[in-house]
Amino acid sequence: MSQQERVYKDPDINMETERYWEGAKNGKLLMKKCNSCGKTHFYPRAICPVCSSSDTEWYEASGKGKIYSYSIMRRSEIPYVMAYVTLDEGITMMSNIVESDFDDVKIGKAVEVTFRKTEGNQSLPVFRLCK
Amino acid sequence: MSRMSKAYIAGIYEHPTRKAVDKTIPQLHAEVAIGALKDAGLTKDDVDGYFCDGDAPGLGGMSMAEYMGLNITYTDTTETGGSSYVVHVGHAVEAIAAGKCNVALITLAGRPRAEGLTTLGARDRGGELPERGFEIPYAPVITNMYGMAAMRHMYEYGTTSEQLAWIKVAASHHAQHNEHAMLRDVVTVEDVVNSPMISDPLHRLDCCVISDGGGALIVVSPEIAKSLGDRCVKVLGHGEAVKHLNGGNFDLTYTGAAKSGPIAFAEANVKPADIDYASIYDSFTITVLETIEDLGFCEKGQGGKFVSDGNLISGVGKLPFNTDGGGLCNNHPSNRGGMTKVIEAVRQLRGEAHPRVQVPDCTLALAHGTGGQISTRTGAGTVILGRNDA
Ligand SMILES: [Zn+2]
Repeated sequence: MSQQERVYKDPDINMETERYWEGAKNGKLLMKKCNSCGKTHFYPRAICPVCSSSDTEWYEASGKGKIYSYSIMRRSEIPYVMAYVTLDEGITMMSNIVESDFDDVKIGKAVEVTFRKTEGNQSLPVFRLCK
Repeated sequence: MSRMSKAYIAGIYEHPTRKAVDKTIPQLHAEVAIGALKDAGLTKDDVDGYFCDGDAPGLGGMSMAEYMGLNITYTDTTETGGSSYVVHVGHAVEAIAAGKCNVALITLAGRPRAEGLTTLGARDRGGELPERGFEIPYAPVITNMYGMAAMRHMYEYGTTSEQLAWIKVAASHHAQHNEHAMLRDVVTVEDVVNSPMISDPLHRLDCCVISDGGGALIVVSPEIAKSLGDRCVKVLGHGEAVKHLNGGNFDLTYTGAAKSGPIAFAEANVKPADIDYASIYDSFTITVLETIEDLGFCEKGQGGKFVSDGNLISGVGKLPFNTDGGGLCNNHPSNRGGMTKVIEAVRQLRGEAHPRVQVPDCTLALAHGTGGQISTRTGAGTVILGRNDA
């Protein structure tokens, strides 16, 4: 059984994060990397949370990763899969796993990014199991 | 042996209501304050320090101080979710030791049941929350956030639903003796794992109750404690910590207790094995399991084995916990369980727990609070308490 999907709420967008959401509209998962310490962080910030440098820069992530953990929200009217996905770039982000049978979702499985329209026509990165 | 204590808990009160349709939140704050002051043998005019969480009506503690007619020269509204009151105990002790106040009142009150709150729905705190855009669209709620912690713990350590269920079983064994408890039926491991799945792998009976009410604590200086008699309980150690997602580099299998616990044990100069009774925050069964490991009652990953076979049941196991039935069965006032954790630990040290669950010769106790979301964005508070002659 493939999932029926709920309506996605709009993200809050501010001047620190608008590039991320613009990228999503263009089908890109953008990340912020610090030029001082070299680390990627998430959620993207103007100031690196690792070393406090303000020399941070956007780049396009691979969009590939693995499920770090998940929970299937069965009690919801339209059940959905809440997950943390660890990207190949090393950071772990909250997301939903879509287009997948609930029984196939497991920790460690490879996933790839895809996008969903939100109620206000923004683009939201979500993930699906790799074929 | 008599250990040094910079301050004492002199008064406790747990509101008996579980659904407060006919009371306002300020009224509940005042009722628990009056109850704890009476328990201590003090009056509101003795109070010179006031502590509440950021959820209390008004700006900080000012409106509640006005409502209750307090005349205070010290206040602290540290907000770490359900762990706030455990943290407040530590802060009150330090304020008293520094000579800033002598009688500190700590209150908690709320009425989520009367207001019709359920655990469903996105946790949207609005405003300028920096993480909001990256979380709210995915519909995180308290049950699936804790579900993810449980799932990862199972993956890494082989923890099972049956092991988690033992935590609820133990709480229910205690709750049967508490006339105020919301869930008094003793349940079995089978009952828990056969209850409806809420958010994998957490079943309905892995979750705490939703209740109204609240509680209060009175913390006093050693001089005042001496005048109030031997029902006063020593505060021997306190630790706190904030754990967060660390820029996207985190581990869901441990909590803030991994930091707050060792700080509290070191200050009290005791070891986990010395603890006779433990109040462990129990919003969900997984909260207890990870916290027990983090506090050092067993090795990391061995929590499932540790909690099994009744090891948390008073009179049966090695670590009697939450003898009031805890948040899992008794009461989780305002969705914040740290207050009742301290209250039951004080009852145990006074020998005033229900006789069927009272730990014999209870000398050292621990109370631990967890706030926010376990192992993601969470506040932790641990206190080590000692009987008057400890
Ligand atoms: Zn950096």
